[in-house]
Amino acid sequence: MAEIAIEPGGLGASPNGASHNYLENTGKHKGILAWILSTDHKRIGILYMISIFTFFAVGVSLGFLMRLEMLVPGPQGKIFDAQQYNALFTLHGVIMMFMFVIPGIPATLGNFFLPIQIGAKDVAFPRINLLSWYLYVTGAIIVLCSLFWRGLPDTGWTFYVPYSIRTATNVTLAVFGVFVLGFSSILTGLNFLTTIHRMRAPGMSWFRMPLFVWALYANGWIQVIATPVLAITLLLIAIERVFHVGIFNPALGGDPVLYQHLFWIYSHPAVYIMILPPMGVVSEIVATFSHRTIFGYKMVAMSSLAIAFIGYLVWGHHMFVAGETQTAQFVFSLLTFLVAIPSGIKVFNWVATMYKGSIDLQPPFLFLMAFIILFSIGGLTGLILGSLATDVHLTGTYFVVGHFHYIIFGGGVFIFFGALHYWLPKMFGRMYNKKVANWALGILFVGFNMLYFPMLLLGYEGMPRRYFTYLPKYELLQHISMVGSWVLITGLIIMFWNLIRGIFKGEKCGANPWGGTTLEWSIPSIPPTENFEHVPVVTHEPYYHPEAEPGFVAEPVPVAK
Amino acid sequence: MESTESNIIVEGHSGEDKQEPISYGLYVVVWLGLIALTSLTAVVAGFNFAAFTLVIALLIALTKASLVVNYFMHVKFEDKIFKVFLAIAGFTICVIFLLTFSDVYFRR
Amino acid sequence: MSEIAERPPEALSHGAAEHKHKDVLGAKMGMWIFLLTELLLFAGLFLVYAVYRYQHTAGFHRGGMETHTMFGTVNTMILLTSSLTMVLAIGAIQRGKKWLSVTFLSSTIGFGLAFLIVKGFEWSIEIRKGIYPGSPSLLKKSNGEILFFGLYYTMTGLHALHVFAGMIILTFMLVFILRNKITKDDYVKLENAGLYWHLVDIIWIFLFPLFYLIN
Repeated sequence: MAEIAIEPGGLGASPNGASHNYLENTGKHKGILAWILSTDHKRIGILYMISIFTFFAVGVSLGFLMRLEMLVPGPQGKIFDAQQYNALFTLHGVIMMFMFVIPGIPATLGNFFLPIQIGAKDVAFPRINLLSWYLYVTGAIIVLCSLFWRGLPDTGWTFYVPYSIRTATNVTLAVFGVFVLGFSSILTGLNFLTTIHRMRAPGMSWFRMPLFVWALYANGWIQVIATPVLAITLLLIAIERVFHVGIFNPALGGDPVLYQHLFWIYSHPAVYIMILPPMGVVSEIVATFSHRTIFGYKMVAMSSLAIAFIGYLVWGHHMFVAGETQTAQFVFSLLTFLVAIPSGIKVFNWVATMYKGSIDLQPPFLFLMAFIILFSIGGLTGLILGSLATDVHLTGTYFVVGHFHYIIFGGGVFIFFGALHYWLPKMFGRMYNKKVANWALGILFVGFNMLYFPMLLLGYEGMPRRYFTYLPKYELLQHISMVGSWVLITGLIIMFWNLIRGIFKGEKCGANPWGGTTLEWSIPSIPPTENFEHVPVVTHEPYYHPEAEPGFVAEPVPVAK
Repeated sequence: MESTESNIIVEGHSGEDKQEPISYGLYVVVWLGLIALTSLTAVVAGFNFAAFTLVIALLIALTKASLVVNYFMHVKFEDKIFKVFLAIAGFTICVIFLLTFSDVYFRR
Repeated sequence: MSEIAERPPEALSHGAAEHKHKDVLGAKMGMWIFLLTELLLFAGLFLVYAVYRYQHTAGFHRGGMETHTMFGTVNTMILLTSSLTMVLAIGAIQRGKKWLSVTFLSSTIGFGLAFLIVKGFEWSIEIRKGIYPGSPSLLKKSNGEILFFGLYYTMTGLHALHVFAGMIILTFMLVFILRNKITKDDYVKLENAGLYWHLVDIIWIFLFPLFYLIN
């Protein structure tokens, strides 16, 4: 099997080996300055990666504490009191949403691989790219400041009015921090859109772009069009708290349901900000490890745009019990089911790609299998919540929490981990221990289901979310869930330890360890600073496997050793 | 959009062809039009067209905005893609208004 | 958006020459996408306005009677004229007339300042009447009027903030022209600044009938 379609060393390698890789300092700055002042998209991607996973660790710790709180039914013998628990779930939500999953894949791996995959030297606006990282860090620090100043916000990550304009805790600061984070997200989206429109290599037409790029394109539009609505909504909360203009205050005629409209006009599309990039990664992994071109390439590409579009039409399904009219309930419930069509197209095409492919069960592909199972559970529970009748029973219970974590954590974040296993060898030129990676995945998978499946059952039995106490009859499931969180964290620690060890001490892995066909596999592992020595000229579609074509006659591949 | 875009990329010339400067006169004419529409809308606001008052005011505003977009912001003379971008934003805004009113309008 | 996308030089000449090239269209594209986000930001506020106007028609009507059509109309004229001088400034630099461009651009900034001064007068009159968010005399009025004036201050305030930001950007552009950083051959920065200024103008075009033309 011609595992390497493009010879090692490939396009990017300089004949005399003079080009520097991006990890070597060539600029005028030294030490940490060479990183935090760098406008190289690869370095910015790594800056994002470090900061995002730092906040992920904080978010995981908060989640761990929330589970630990469920050791006893209470209210006696609790670790945290009610107010502290409110702060815990608010902070857990804000950190995980706005600092981890929303920037998530686009800001880290997207920054790193988008320009490479379209054959460009950098993004369109490198300095704005760096600015967006600074805004991210600033916003994150502002949110964390509310920790130490005038009390933690206790509103939940949704900042629902009228409570958020009444509570004495420091909502204004937290909201402002999220506003800044949103600005960072907008700038990333803007940069990606312009890059994809303007910086493609010769021959890289729209339908020769890798599907990860298509996903980032659709995602960029959501970031650009939806985020400003969140920005203004949060700004209105801050204005309301400072100036008391009455816009969301029912005592002055304001309409709290309108707040929920505005909030979900952003936050439902934001769910697709969280899931579209992982879907793009899935397409890459499926094509690479099936050694086939993706089935129905155009449909998969278009379904990303369709998801982005339909994502705008369905926000009202978060408000079925919030007091919206029956007309709105009907319209939004109907539209919600439309999302299943493009999602279904993707899944069927992925499966059809695997069919008769020569599947290579490497760690990234195993993450993808875990994703399919977890995401399916998430999707099916989503159907239950999307239908009006069942939603009325289940909304505001642990069922929603379980569903949400299956989609975002089991779906999005598992693929984020899979993507790390897929691309880290390319980024650092070294391979992690594959056996340990598989074990880590197994532990993660078991821990995940132990943690979140009981939540579905608890919700079904009526356990409300965001309560710091519970009835004794829920004790068993709460305890299973709590132990699950410990297993999950064990898996996370093993996985990250293995990846980090791999970065520094793993075996060297060569330019194309997986037999990928997109452009990033044609340049050396540890990509050169300039990405490509010569601008690549693209002559075929992204997942072109000549050996999989009918009538293929194997030619001896010249291998330079 | 697909074909033109990829052509631009392959040829890479798009940035180089300089636009012919638009005559000062055209700008002044557009400006006169905008001023005239402003006076018109201020005068018309005095009459009572009942439910249509708001509609007329918004239609005039829309006309003024499209003059600014097309001439002052050059969209009329630019690459087609900018019109597509504007359409995406405009369409999204319409959808957001429509669906929100599917709730608000039917409240009792 | 002062930054300009630089395409890899090889993409154009295939590695033949060290020919640095600015992607003017790309730079404008970035600016336009940014403008779309501004548009959506205000769209959120317009949505709030639409819903409350629908729910409190009478209150909005009474509130609208109290704003000053005169101030609004004058300010509209000022902003429209500033947009004219803005495009003329770009036209002048296209023709290589640096000082004419400087003159037009300075008058644009001047008109911006005039707009803010008129706005300041208008607000101070309202505030002297005791109409400002949370004021005792406003709280005595109906909910519709409270919301109308809440939105009035929020929306025109946010818009004024944008005018102010635009003036700062244009001042930078003025310096760039004086230092020959913006020239006949490279003026996309000025064009982008102009785009931003026109957007601020467009938002005012819609604010004007919604707050000043209710009679």
